[in-house]
Amino acid sequence: MYGGGNVFEATKFDDLQTEDPAKLAEFEARIARGEKIEPNDWMPQLYRKQLIRMIEQHAHSEIIGALPEGTWITRAPGFRRKMAQMAKVQDEVGHAQLLYSAAETLGKTREQMLTDLINGKSKYSNVFNYPAFTWADSNIISWLIDAGAIVNQMANAKGSYGPYSRALERICAEEAFHLKYGHDAVVHMATGSPKQREMIQAALNRWWPPIMTFFGPSDKMSTHTETLMRWKVKMASNDECRQQFLDMYVPKIWELGLTVPDPNLKKNMETGQWEYTEPDWDEFKRVINGDGPCNAERLAVRRTAEERGAWVRRALLNPKAKYVKPLA
Amino acid sequence: MNELAIKDLLYKLADDQLILGHRNSEWTGFGPILEEDIAFSSMAQDKIGHSLAFYTLLQELGEADPDTVAFTRNSNQFHNSQLVELPNGEYDFSLIRHFLYDNAEIIRFEMLSQSSYEPIAKVATKLKGEVKYHVLHANTWIKKLGSSTEEAILRLQTSLNEALPYALGMFEPSKYEQELIEAAVYAGEEAVKAEWLKRIQAVIEKTDLKLTDLATIEPKLGGRYGEHTEHLQPLLDEMAEVFKIDPTAEW
Repeated sequence: MYGGGNVFEATKFDDLQTEDPAKLAEFEARIARGEKIEPNDWMPQLYRKQLIRMIEQHAHSEIIGALPEGTWITRAPGFRRKMAQMAKVQDEVGHAQLLYSAAETLGKTREQMLTDLINGKSKYSNVFNYPAFTWADSNIISWLIDAGAIVNQMANAKGSYGPYSRALERICAEEAFHLKYGHDAVVHMATGSPKQREMIQAALNRWWPPIMTFFGPSDKMSTHTETLMRWKVKMASNDECRQQFLDMYVPKIWELGLTVPDPNLKKNMETGQWEYTEPDWDEFKRVINGDGPCNAERLAVRRTAEERGAWVRRALLNPKAKYVKPLA
Repeated sequence: MNELAIKDLLYKLADDQLILGHRNSEWTGFGPILEEDIAFSSMAQDKIGHSLAFYTLLQELGEADPDTVAFTRNSNQFHNSQLVELPNGEYDFSLIRHFLYDNAEIIRFEMLSQSSYEPIAKVATKLKGEVKYHVLHANTWIKKLGSSTEEAILRLQTSLNEALPYALGMFEPSKYEQELIEAAVYAGEEAVKAEWLKRIQAVIEKTDLKLTDLATIEPKLGGRYGEHTEHLQPLLDEMAEVFKIDPTAEW
């Protein structure tokens, strides 16, 4: 999981005017040639800032995303699911580790990033501000949220920043397994007892609205992202990702006899585009700004974990050690 | 060989690994650093996998299938030591328990790999390579934190003192002890304990921690005979919460 739906700051293009025009031109030419930008290469401040923001949001999404699914590790029914659920959530925490390292190559430490997370300064994927009420919710997350993340991450893996792009390639390989696991679990529920079918349909009903917002606001309302797309920071528009996701997964959901809770959802055969009820973007904004069902709980858990673990980090600290950026 | 004696041994091994695996998995998302989060989760997967291997041997001896055995028994039917069922507490307690437990577990696995009962010997031989890494992990952290800050040393010392009576409970002999030793199935708890003491002493000596004279400690017994603390039943209820919605369903 769990990246996707990045929220970019309105880019201040004025910032670019302070950059050396010759270096900027060379930088853009390298990206246009398909070269990767590495940590010690020259880059515009805006590029560095947006990348830190994006990778950091992605890393936070992995550790916060581990919480709703993690709750179900101790409740997973049977050995097979218990072991798979543990391995899956562990992978997500491992992704966070990889991503924090990738972000650190740009000059922000893991500690700073975690502090900003706890203080509510940096964001994470908004879907994790919704609760996983039952085992079935956890299955829907494993399947469809991971599916959404793959759509997004496969695109971003082709991005211009070397360390992020390499981390994403590794992450996508693991996500492919998560997707199979999630799908298998949903298939068992959807083809199981009446109670199981009821549980999985209810979970899909709960998760569909957040899933539809997973890729971020509609392109009509997004702030300018042309520069970010030219720099290959953002690789596909939010709506393109959403369309691709619907194309790949709605038929699979229907195949299982489940109902997507949107009466307007259909593919327009003439345009080849999916039509759907516009997600409630006001709710999206409200939740992302802190007023969702689980925002406070998620951050409180993270804060408690940081506080309870502080003595370990203090004990490990060697005052003579010099901070070094990780290799990417 | 008395099959009841073999089953008793297998239940003890399986239940210890399952319950501690479950406790370790509770660290997922809460570790003091991401790397420890991942390490505890990794050990949890190994331990639960080990319990499955032993429950599978039990099934071959006519017991119910592993899911039924693990997810439907009550606490008084569990043979784990009380040490493994205690709540995780703070990281210092989890680490100390992990250290005390895995240093004993590796010895059990080493001894069992020589067992005259071949199915156990095979499984133990295969799994002891994994437990070796759990021991390496525990010993490394105890050495590191056990000689670091005053705060860390005090925390670890307090947890060590709290955990020791329960750790001694791991070596509670089974009622088939003599029989298992005579048939060369298992070297017995006294032998495990003697070797365990040597190994944990060797690590503790390299730290600022102190090991109380074990002769002065009253062991917390009963776990091997189904007597448990108030913490086990809630753990089992949580573990079976979804399974029990429909035990005949495939999840």
